[in-house]
Amino acid sequence: MTYKVTEEGNISTVFLNGEIDMDVTEKAKEVILPIVEAGKEVHLNLKDVSYMDSSGISVLIESHQKALEKNTKVVVKEVSKSVLKVIMMAKLEQILNLE
Amino acid sequence: MNLSEAKDFVVSTASLKEVREFSREIFDKINLPQEQKDELVLAIAEAAQNIVKHGYKGVEETTDRMEIKISLKDDNLEIGFFDKGKAVVPENVKHRKLDDIKPGGLGTFFIKQIMDNAVFKKDQKGWVNHLVLTKKI
Repeated sequence: MTYKVTEEGNISTVFLNGEIDMDVTEKAKEVILPIVEAGKEVHLNLKDVSYMDSSGISVLIESHQKALEKNTKVVVKEVSKSVLKVIMMAKLEQILNLE
Repeated sequence: MNLSEAKDFVVSTASLKEVREFSREIFDKINLPQEQKDELVLAIAEAAQNIVKHGYKGVEETTDRMEIKISLKDDNLEIGFFDKGKAVVPENVKHRKLDDIKPGGLGTFFIKQIMDNAVFKKDQKGWVNHLVLTKKI
């Protein structure tokens, strides 16, 4: 997995790339959670994420819940078809902010 | 089409990518919709992840290996997982309730959603656990 972060005002956009599994979830959390902790709005762009398993879904849930605690939000954007399927299997499409 | 292929992997999160590659290579030989192939790869990866995460919980690093065997006979797909981790008590293998939104606990749910059956067998020779996932495809 690789990533890129861009910032515009109070919004940080995190572009993740590759496959998100248990081997890279700590790295993903290290990128996303400090931004959320700082109270910023995070846009997670998943257009280049070709695979995500339950560990990746856990990162999305943890980020979403941390954002609620900090009165901000995580918006999950441009989800690929295969990742959307996993999100829907977990019945999270109504819970996460998907755009 | 009938086939049977097996491969062993070091029990490590770093092996999960290899597990997916092995599975994809096999499913590429089978005439199935891509969506179904992706689901099957996810189920296999989740089961392998459970071995690393739960079977070897608290173990920093190991040289132990796990074996995955994928067999197709007629339309019956069978995927076996062999490991030497902590013995699994099948009754304790549960997924979290879906409306209890929290990180974790979804891997087993995904496996049950995707496969027809998941059973721990007692026929393992030299292994501790033998999980068998089956699906009619």
